Amino acid sequence: MIDAADAFDVWWGWPPPVLDPAGPYAHSVTVLAWALFALGVIVTAIVALAVFVAVAGPPRWKARLGGEKAILILGVGFPAVVLTGLLVWGLTLTASLTDPITGREPRIRVTAHMWWWDVEYLDAAGRVVRRDANELHLPVGRPVVLELGSADVIHSFWVPNLSGKEDMIPGRTNLLKVQADRPGRFGGICAEYCGGPHALMGYVTVAHLPADYDRWLAGGNVSSGPANPQHVPGAMPASARRTPAGQGTADPKAAPQDGEALFVAHGCAACHRVAGTQANGLAGPDLTHVGSRLTLGAGILPNNRGTLQGWITDAQALKPGNRMPAYGNIPAADIAAIALWLEAQE
Amino acid sequence: MLAIAMAMAAALTTACKPPPPSRHDPDAAAVARGRELVRQTGCGACHAFPDIAWPQGRAGPSLVTFDEHGPIAGVLPNTPANLAAFVRDAPVAKPGSPMPAMPLSPREASDVAAYLHGLADD
Repeated sequence: MIDAADAFDVWWGWPPPVLDPAGPYAHSVTVLAWALFALGVIVTAIVALAVFVAVAGPPRWKARLGGEKAILILGVGFPAVVLTGLLVWGLTLTASLTDPITGREPRIRVTAHMWWWDVEYLDAAGRVVRRDANELHLPVGRPVVLELGSADVIHSFWVPNLSGKEDMIPGRTNLLKVQADRPGRFGGICAEYCGGPHALMGYVTVAHLPADYDRWLAGGNVSSGPANPQHVPGAMPASARRTPAGQGTADPKAAPQDGEALFVAHGCAACHRVAGTQANGLAGPDLTHVGSRLTLGAGILPNNRGTLQGWITDAQALKPGNRMPAYGNIPAADIAAIALWLEAQE
Repeated sequence: MLAIAMAMAAALTTACKPPPPSRHDPDAAAVARGRELVRQTGCGACHAFPDIAWPQGRAGPSLVTFDEHGPIAGVLPNTPANLAAFVRDAPVAKPGSPMPAMPLSPREASDVAAYLHGLADD
């Protein structure tokens, strides 16, 4: 039995941080939620008091409670005023969540797959400047427009700290504005049942200071904060060094420690793309920047050498039903070399 | 009289070195820290543990019955120091081990070793 608390504990804790807004689109909803809760408490108290008076109150109070005036005030006037006020508040708030897109916001296209997320950062002309997966980087303090779509079934995008849920529907692009007002890491999860390992379909949103974000988008490496660093002791073995594009050998016997050649030879490249190499598959997550990601398996495992080897060897044991087969047939030394090479793909 | 007794007590406490950490009686606080480290580091991506429901990877040996294991990885004497060295940097502790170096400081590695030695599946 897989408990979502185990899967996401490292990033979120459980339950999801719905009452800890980190941006305006989540904050207004949280305020409304607390207001509704407080009103509910007040109304329940009034009703309980009225029941008490009706059953055990003095006769004079009972008569007043049953009078026409009390019914008009408490039964008609009070609900009409409160409910109308809430309706206006709720509708204007909902409208503000989808306030007009100016076209100047950074755009990120997020496409859901069973059971991972394809993430493309677009420039002003709509060209893809950086492609990544299972991780969403945002600049702090400005709204970002997400183009949400799906490659297969209906999924739902949800970062509790930043916004409400937004469906991701095949054949349709839903726009969602999000904004983070403080740097940090915010967990996300698929919020619409999408089959099999739906509960293990997550991601991490990383909000950077604007300068850091620009550096990150340009391909630079930016520390995403001190929490849970996955630092491996010792120097990286030479086999982990990235081979310049086009210099890798495709024959694994010629260079048994060449992770790139092994990655291609064992067929990983049929599903995964690593920019600048022969690996050009599109069925699985893009691994061009896998070494810099915080998680593996779509937000469910910390990313380090050990979890990477464990995932490649038997992803089905970790995320049953996902579309990556178990590769127990590949020699452990080859998997270790592939993992080392992937770790260097930042 | 009192001074002599105090001197003797001081001599006794300084003369006796604390025993080396034993695999049979790990420190409870270290065990708890080690368990949390095992969860955060994702050791379950390759190994099954008796008290961790998920993940239970199959790439490495199951550690559910670790209390009955003999030598570490079949070769190293099963001491806390050896186990700590192995979980931190297996390829150095046992050349040829398919288990990679893990993101643990030496202190964290000894907490993980304490957790492993504290495992009991029965």
